[in-house]
Amino acid sequence: MQGPLIDTLARQGITRRTFLKYCATLASMMALPPSAGLAMAEAIAAVRRPSVIWLPFQECTGCTESITRSHSPTLEGMIFDMISLDYQETLMAAAGFQAEEALHNAMKDNMGKYLLIVDGSIPLGLDGAYSCIGGRSNLEILKEAAEGAAAIIAMGSCASFGGIPKANPNPTGAVSVSDIIKNKPIVNIPGCPPIPAVITGVLAHYLTFGTLPELDDKKRPKAFYGETIHDRCYRRPFYDQGKFAKTFDDEGARRGWCLFELGCKGPVTYNACATEKWNGGTSWPVESGHGCLGCSEPDFWDAGGFYKALSMPADPLKIASAASVAGAAAGVAISVANRAKKGAARSAHETTGLADLEK
Amino acid sequence: MTTAQRVVVDPITRIEGHLRIEAETDASGKITRAYSAGTMVRGIEIILRGRDPRDAWAFAQRICGVCTLVHGIASVRSVEDALHRAIPTYSIPQNAELIRNLMIAAQFVHDHVMHFYHLHALDWVDVVSALKADPKATSALAQSLSSYPRSSPGYFADVQKKVKTFVEQGQLGIFSNAYWGPPAYKLPPEANLMAVAHYLDALAWQREVVKLHAIFGGKNPHPNFVVGGVPSAISIQSGGGHGKGPHYRGGQSATALNMAGLQTIQNVIKQMRDFVDQVYVPDTLAIAGFYKDWGARGEGLGNFLSFGDLPSKGFWEPDSYLIPRGVILNRDLSKIHPIDLDADTEIQEFVSHSWYKYSQGDGQGLHPFKGETELNYTGPKPPYEHLDVDKKYSWLKSPRWQGKSMEVGPLARVLMLYASGNAQAKELVNYTLKTLNVPVDALFSTLGRTAARTLESKILADAMQGWYDQLIANIKAGELRTFNDQYWDPSTWPRHMQGVGLMEAPRGGLSHWIVIDDARISNYQAVVPSTWNAGPRDTQGQPGAYEAALQDNHVMHDPKQPIEILRTIHSFDPCIACAVHVTDPDGEELVQVKIK
Repeated sequence: MQGPLIDTLARQGITRRTFLKYCATLASMMALPPSAGLAMAEAIAAVRRPSVIWLPFQECTGCTESITRSHSPTLEGMIFDMISLDYQETLMAAAGFQAEEALHNAMKDNMGKYLLIVDGSIPLGLDGAYSCIGGRSNLEILKEAAEGAAAIIAMGSCASFGGIPKANPNPTGAVSVSDIIKNKPIVNIPGCPPIPAVITGVLAHYLTFGTLPELDDKKRPKAFYGETIHDRCYRRPFYDQGKFAKTFDDEGARRGWCLFELGCKGPVTYNACATEKWNGGTSWPVESGHGCLGCSEPDFWDAGGFYKALSMPADPLKIASAASVAGAAAGVAISVANRAKKGAARSAHETTGLADLEK
Repeated sequence: MTTAQRVVVDPITRIEGHLRIEAETDASGKITRAYSAGTMVRGIEIILRGRDPRDAWAFAQRICGVCTLVHGIASVRSVEDALHRAIPTYSIPQNAELIRNLMIAAQFVHDHVMHFYHLHALDWVDVVSALKADPKATSALAQSLSSYPRSSPGYFADVQKKVKTFVEQGQLGIFSNAYWGPPAYKLPPEANLMAVAHYLDALAWQREVVKLHAIFGGKNPHPNFVVGGVPSAISIQSGGGHGKGPHYRGGQSATALNMAGLQTIQNVIKQMRDFVDQVYVPDTLAIAGFYKDWGARGEGLGNFLSFGDLPSKGFWEPDSYLIPRGVILNRDLSKIHPIDLDADTEIQEFVSHSWYKYSQGDGQGLHPFKGETELNYTGPKPPYEHLDVDKKYSWLKSPRWQGKSMEVGPLARVLMLYASGNAQAKELVNYTLKTLNVPVDALFSTLGRTAARTLESKILADAMQGWYDQLIANIKAGELRTFNDQYWDPSTWPRHMQGVGLMEAPRGGLSHWIVIDDARISNYQAVVPSTWNAGPRDTQGQPGAYEAALQDNHVMHDPKQPIEILRTIHSFDPCIACAVHVTDPDGEELVQVKIK
C-alpha cells in the first residue's frame, strides 16, 4: 500500500505498520471482518479527501468540543489526512460572507458526494426565527444542504432525537434531523456529547465503504450502541451481589459499588461508555462515581429524574435477600452469556490482527 | 470606500454559538454604530421549571459545551445557596471545594489556550505566510523566546512540510476563504510558522489536560456534578474490594479518584503550567508586539464587574476568594465598589431591544429573582437581509449594574486582582506593559483583553498546585468526605427557598438564580457573561460591551474583509448558545434563562 498519506505519515514518523494497526483496531472495534481493516487503510489513504460539511443548529458546541478530544485518530489527523472539513463554524478561519461562500462552494463542487454532519436540533416554531444563520432559518439551510449530501450524520442527541431543546414542553418546536429529512441515508450518533471514538469510527467506516455502518431501529450504529451500559459495566458484579452505594461518599461509593439506587440509567442506556471510556480511556461517568444520565437515549431529559432509581422494590427491607437470590440466578445467566459474547469478540479481534493486513 | 455603509458579519465564526454583528461605517470606513445580535434561542428555562432542583445542573450545563462545566457548578451552587440561606449550618466538604476549584481552574486554562490558538489566533496569524518561513530562523526565534523543548529546525521543517502538502492538495478545508495577507496581517513568516506549530501542539495538549475533568467528573465535555459536593468518591484502598470479574474493564481501584487518578491530576497540573509558561505566555507577548496598535482601540465601556471565585474557605466566604468580587467604574482602579446581590436596583435586566415582553412595560429593569420573560419575536421573517436595530434586534437581554453597562471576563478579573493588590497580578501586568513598551492605557483595549486572558491563565495554573497539595494533605490525614448527604432528600427542605449560584466563568461573571417551592423549581434564571458583554442596547440607548468596543476607533481597511470586527469580537471570546428567555405556554409565571 502506498500513496500521499503514507508518505505524509512517514514524514511525521508514523510507520505504515502503526497506521495499519490503527485501521485494524478500528475494524475490530466495529466488529468488521479482517479484510475491512485493509480496505479502510486504502480508502483513508485516498488521494482526494472527501468533503465534509458540518452545520450547527440549536446546539451548545459540546459535540464539536468532543471531537477535538479524539485521541485516535486526532482531529488534526482527520483534517490533514482523512477529510476535507469544508464548513465548521467553530474552527473555520472565514466568517460572514466568506463563510457562506465557502459553504456554497463546497456544496457545488461536491454535489451529491459530500458528507453532511449536523449538530443541534432544528426549531420549527416562528417560521424558524428561533435559530438563524446569516438571516436564514436552520430549516431552510438544512433542506438545502441535505439535497446534495450523500449521507447525513446526526451528531449528538439534539440532532439525533431533538435533545434538550425538545425536552418538555419543547418551547421552540425543536425536532431532529430525521424528522425533517426523509430521502437520505441518516446515521444517528446520540450522546450528550457522543464519545469521540464513536464519531471517528463512523467516519472511518463511511470513508472506507461509502456507506453507513449497520444501524439499529433508532438509526444508531450497532457496533457502538448494541449493548447497554449496564451490560458492560465494571460495577456489574456488585449489582449482581445486591451491593449498592447509598450516597455519593459512603463506604460503598468508595468501594465502587453499584450506583443503581442513586439513579443510574445504565440498564436502559445503549452506548459504549463502559467499554470505550472517555478522554483517552481515562474514566467514564460511573467510574467517577455518578450514575449514567442515559444521555444517548431519546427523551432522556424527561425520563423521570437523574437521581430516581429505575424501579424501587416495594419493601426496601427485602431488597438484600431478594437481590441476592434473584441476583445470583440472573448473575450466573448473564455472566455465562457475557463470557460467550466476550469469547466471540476476542476471537473476532484476533482474526482481525495486524498480521492479516500485512499479508 | 466613498460612502457610508452597513457591514453585516453573520455568522461570526470561531466562537460558540450564533452571533451576528451589524455595523454602520462613515465614509472613511470607521465604525460609527455597531449592533450585536444573538440569533438562536432554545428555551432551557421553561424546560427546567417544575423539575427537581438537584437535576437542574445537568440541564443548565447544556447551556454551553465549550465552557462546559461552569453552568453545572453555578447551578449546584444556586441550590446549595438556597439551602444555606434557609439553614445557615449547611455547607459542603472542603475536599469538594478543592476539587471544584481544580476543575474550574482547569476549565479556565484549557478554554483560554484553545481560545487563543484555535479561535483567536487566525485573526493575527497568517497560515499561508508560514510556508515562506525559514525553519532554522524559526527555531532561533522560538528558542529566543522560551525553553519549550519542541523548537528544533527539524520540528518546524516538519510542520511546514505538513502545511505545504496540505495547501498543495488544494483542499484548504477550514482554512479556506480567509482574509490572509497584508495589510491586516503583520507577523513575519517565522512567527507565523511558530504559531501554526503551536496551534497543532495546543490541540494535542488540550486532549491530555481534560483528563483532570474525566477523573473528577467522568468525562469532558459535560462532566458530572452533584448538589452537596462532588460525585467522585475517593478510593484509596488498593483493589477497592472488587475482583476482575467478567465485566472488569480496567482501573486499579473502585473509582477513578484513586492513587493513579491523583497522579494523573498532578501530571495535568504540571502540563498546564509548562504549556502556559513555555508557550502561551511567550506567544502572546511575541504576537502582541506586532500589533501594538490594537492596544489603542476596542475598549468600549471602561466599567468592569466580577462576581469573584475560587474560595479557600468556602463559597459563602467571598473574602476568601482568589478572584475578588466587585465593580470598577470608569477605569478607576483606586476604588472597588461592592455588589449587593439582593438589592432590586443593583443587578437588573432590560428588554427594550430584546425580543421579549415585560408585563409592566418594556422600559423597566427587573432583578433576576423577580425577572419575567415572555418571548416576543418582532424581527423580520427569515430569510432577512437586515435587522431593525432601532427596535428589538436580539435574543439576548441587557443586564446592567446600577443602570450601567458592564464588561465581564478576563480583563475585568485581572483589573480586579490588580486593583485589590494581588502581587502576582501586579507583577505580570507590569512585566507585560514593560515588555511590550506600551502605556497603562493599553490595558483597556482589544489587545489588553487578549493579554489579560493569558495572564490570568498563568495565575490560575499556578494556584492549582496549592489546591492539589491541600487535597492530598486531607486524604493523608484520613479526611475523605466529598459529599454532604444532609438535606439531600428534598422532603427535608423548607417549602420555599431561593438562592444564587455565582461564579467566574472563563468569559466572565456568571449567576444562576433559582426559586424553589415544594422542592420543585418555580423560577430559574441565568444571567451569563456573554449576555453582559454581547447584549443589545438598553432603555437609555446605552450599548453593550461588544457594541461599545466596536465603536471605539475601528477603521475597516476593507468592509468586504471585516477582520477588524473579528479581532475585537474574538477578544471577548463570545459564547452565544446564549440568550434563552422563555415563558410558559399560557404566558404566566414567567421564567428565563440566558445561555452563555
